[in-house]
Amino acid sequence: MKLYRDLTIRQKQIAWAWAFLAIPVLFYGVIRFYPTGNAILISFQDWNLLGARTWTGLDNYQKLFADPVFWKVFRNTFVYLLLGTPVSLVISFVVAYHLDKTRFLHGFLRMLYFLPFMTSAVAMAWVWRWFYQPVPIGLFNNFLASLGIPQINFLNSTTNALPAILAPAVWAGLGFQIIIFMAGLRAIPKSYYEAARIDGVSTWTVLWEITLPLLKPTIVFIVVFSSIGFLRIFDHVYNMTTQNPGGPLNSTKPLVLMIYQTAFNSFDMGYAAAQTVVLFLVLLVVSLLQLRILRDR
Amino acid sequence: MKIKRLRALALASATSVAALAGSVANAVEIEYWQYFFDARVTAMEQLIEGFEAANPDITVKMTHFPYADYRTKVAAAIPAGEGPDVVQLFYGWLNDYVEAELIQPLPADVFPADRIDEEFFPMVQAMKEGDQYWALPTAVRSLALFYNERLMEEAGVAPPTTLDELMSAAAAMTKRDGAGNITQVGMTAGMTAQDHHWWREGLVRQMGGEPYLDDYKTVNYNTEAGLKALEFYTNMFMGDEPVTAIGFMDEPQAAFKAGRAGMHIDGSFRIGALADIRGLKWGVTELPANAEGERSNYSSYWVNAITTKAEGEKYDAAVKFMDYVTSDEAMQIWLDVVGELPAKPSVGMTEKNANDPVFGPFIRGLEYAHTTKFADESGQRQLMVEMVERMQLQGMSAADSLAQAAEAEQKLLDAYYTK
Repeated sequence: MKLYRDLTIRQKQIAWAWAFLAIPVLFYGVIRFYPTGNAILISFQDWNLLGARTWTGLDNYQKLFADPVFWKVFRNTFVYLLLGTPVSLVISFVVAYHLDKTRFLHGFLRMLYFLPFMTSAVAMAWVWRWFYQPVPIGLFNNFLASLGIPQINFLNSTTNALPAILAPAVWAGLGFQIIIFMAGLRAIPKSYYEAARIDGVSTWTVLWEITLPLLKPTIVFIVVFSSIGFLRIFDHVYNMTTQNPGGPLNSTKPLVLMIYQTAFNSFDMGYAAAQTVVLFLVLLVVSLLQLRILRDR
Repeated sequence: MKIKRLRALALASATSVAALAGSVANAVEIEYWQYFFDARVTAMEQLIEGFEAANPDITVKMTHFPYADYRTKVAAAIPAGEGPDVVQLFYGWLNDYVEAELIQPLPADVFPADRIDEEFFPMVQAMKEGDQYWALPTAVRSLALFYNERLMEEAGVAPPTTLDELMSAAAAMTKRDGAGNITQVGMTAGMTAQDHHWWREGLVRQMGGEPYLDDYKTVNYNTEAGLKALEFYTNMFMGDEPVTAIGFMDEPQAAFKAGRAGMHIDGSFRIGALADIRGLKWGVTELPANAEGERSNYSSYWVNAITTKAEGEKYDAAVKFMDYVTSDEAMQIWLDVVGELPAKPSVGMTEKNANDPVFGPFIRGLEYAHTTKFADESGQRQLMVEMVERMQLQGMSAADSLAQAAEAEQKLLDAYYTK
C-alpha cells in the first residue's frame, strides 16, 4: 500500500491505465497471439493431433511449394479476389448512386438490398446450389430446357463452377457495401454540387471530378474489407460443393478450404499450419499494400 | 411462519443432496462416446438400459457429437483426462489411436483371441495384435443394391443378378425429356457416395483384379482389370446411351428417395433412412455378380474400445460394458434398431436374419466382403472422385486417369506408412 501512496499522480494514472488494459491484453494474448505463435511453431512440425509433435524443419513448406494442388488453390484464391472485389464494387456503387437519388420507396428498396447480407450464408449457398442443378430440379436449367436451350453445367464444370459460386457470394455482400457507399455519398457537402450546377457542368463530369474523388476513403475501405472477405471465402464454396469440397478437380477450392481439409480430414496439422502461415502472409501483404494506397492521399 | 417453512425446505434439500451423494459414491459411472446418428443413439440407450439393469452398481453416461467434430473432440479430450472410458471408433482410425496410446488392449481373460477369431467375422481380425484384441465391433456394414419396385414394374424388368442385367435394367428405367436431358436415372452414380467402395472391392475384383497388395499398403488397380472396372463404371454415364448422370438431383440417395432413380448402391445404414419415406416402395438385392457368377462386396465397421483413461474400478466396469455391447443380445438389438449387421455369424446367419428380405442381401454379402484398410478414407475417396472427373470434364483417357489415381494414392499410402 505504501508503495502505491509514494507514486506521483502521473504514475498512479499509468498504473490504473494498465490495470484496466490488463484484461484486453490478457485476452488478446491468450486468444490471439498465443495460438498464432503456436500455429507458426506447428508449421515446422509433424503432428496428427493424436501423437507427439516431431520437429521436421522446413519439410512442410517444401511440400507446400512442390504441391500442384497448392498452386491451383493459390490461383483460385486470387481469382475470387480479383473477380469478386471489382465486380461487387462496381455493382454496389451503381446501386447506391441511383438509390441515393430515388425517393420512391427508398427505405423499402434499401432493405431489399440489405436482406441477403443478413441471411445465413449456409442457407443461401444451399438454395443457390439447387438453383444450379441440372434438369429436373435446377431452376435455371429447367428454365433453359423449357426454352429449348441446352443445359449449362454450372457446378459440375471446371470453368463455370468458380463464377457460379462467386455470384451468390458477391450478391450476399452487396447490401453492406451499398449502405457504406450511401453513407459516403451523403457525407459529400452539397455546396460542391451546387457550385457545379451553377457552372453548368455535365452529370458525367460531376461524377468523375467530384463524387468519385471525394468517395476515395469509402472506396478504399470497401476494397480492403471485401478483399479480406474474398481471400477468406469458405462457407459458400464448402456448402455448394459439400460432397466434393472445392471440386470439381479443385477448380473452386480456396486456400481456407484446403487448410480445413488438411487439418480436419487428413489430420496433418503441421502441413495445415504451414498453409495458414502462407495465408497470413498473403493477407498481410494485401492489407499493407492497400493501406499504402490510403496513405498516398 | 415463513422462516420456519424456509428452514424446512433447506433441511429437505440438504438431506436429498446427501442422499444423492451417497448413492453416487456406491456406483461407478463410466462414460461412453459415439457420434450422433439418431438410430445409433436410440440403440445405445436401449443397450445401456439393459446393461444397467444387469449391473445395478454401474451407470453409463453416453455423450454424442456431430460426426464432423467427433474425431477432433475425442483426440483432444482423452489426453486431457476428460474423455470417455469406452469410445466408438471407425476401424480405419485404430492405428492412430493405438500409436497415440489413447486406447488399451482388451483383457485376454474376458476376450481371448482364439475365441474371438472363431466367433466373429474374419474381417474383425484387423483389430488383433499378437494374441490381444484392441477393439471389437457390435455391428458391421456391407453394400447391396436398392431398387425402386414401382419403376421396375413400370419398365417390366426384374431386380438384376449380374452386371449385364444391371445395365439393361438401368437402361429400361432411364427416362429423357424431348431435348434428351435425363429426367429419371436407371441407376445412381457418384464416387462421392458409396460407389468408390463398390469400384475398389467390387468391380475391380470382379474384373479379375486385386485392388491392393501387401495388406493394403500397395496400390494394384492400375491393371487390365482396373481399367475394365473403370470403363464399366464410367460407361454408365459417359457411354452412348447413358443410364445415369453424375450429380443428378444433387446426391445419389436423394434421387433414389425422390423416386427418380431405379437403382442405388448403398450401405446397410441407409435402411433406416429409407424406411420412413412415404410413397417409396423399395427392395434390396445383393450386388450383381459378373458373368462367371462371382460376387464381391465391401464391408466396414465401427468398433468400441477402452481408453487409457479408464483405471481401477472404472476399468472393471468398462470391461463389463464392452462384454455386454459385444454380446449376441446387443447385436440383435443393434440390427433391429439401426439396421447394421451383427458382427458374429452365429447371430447374423440365423435362418431368420439371413432370409430377411431387407437384411438378408447385406448379411449374405458379408460372406464375400473385403474390408479396405484406409490410411485416409476421405483423401482416398477424393482420388476416386477426381479419377472420374478428369475423364468426364477434361476428356482424359481412362488409362491415363487410372494411372494418375494409382500413383497419387500410392504416394498418400507411402506418406502414411513411412511416418
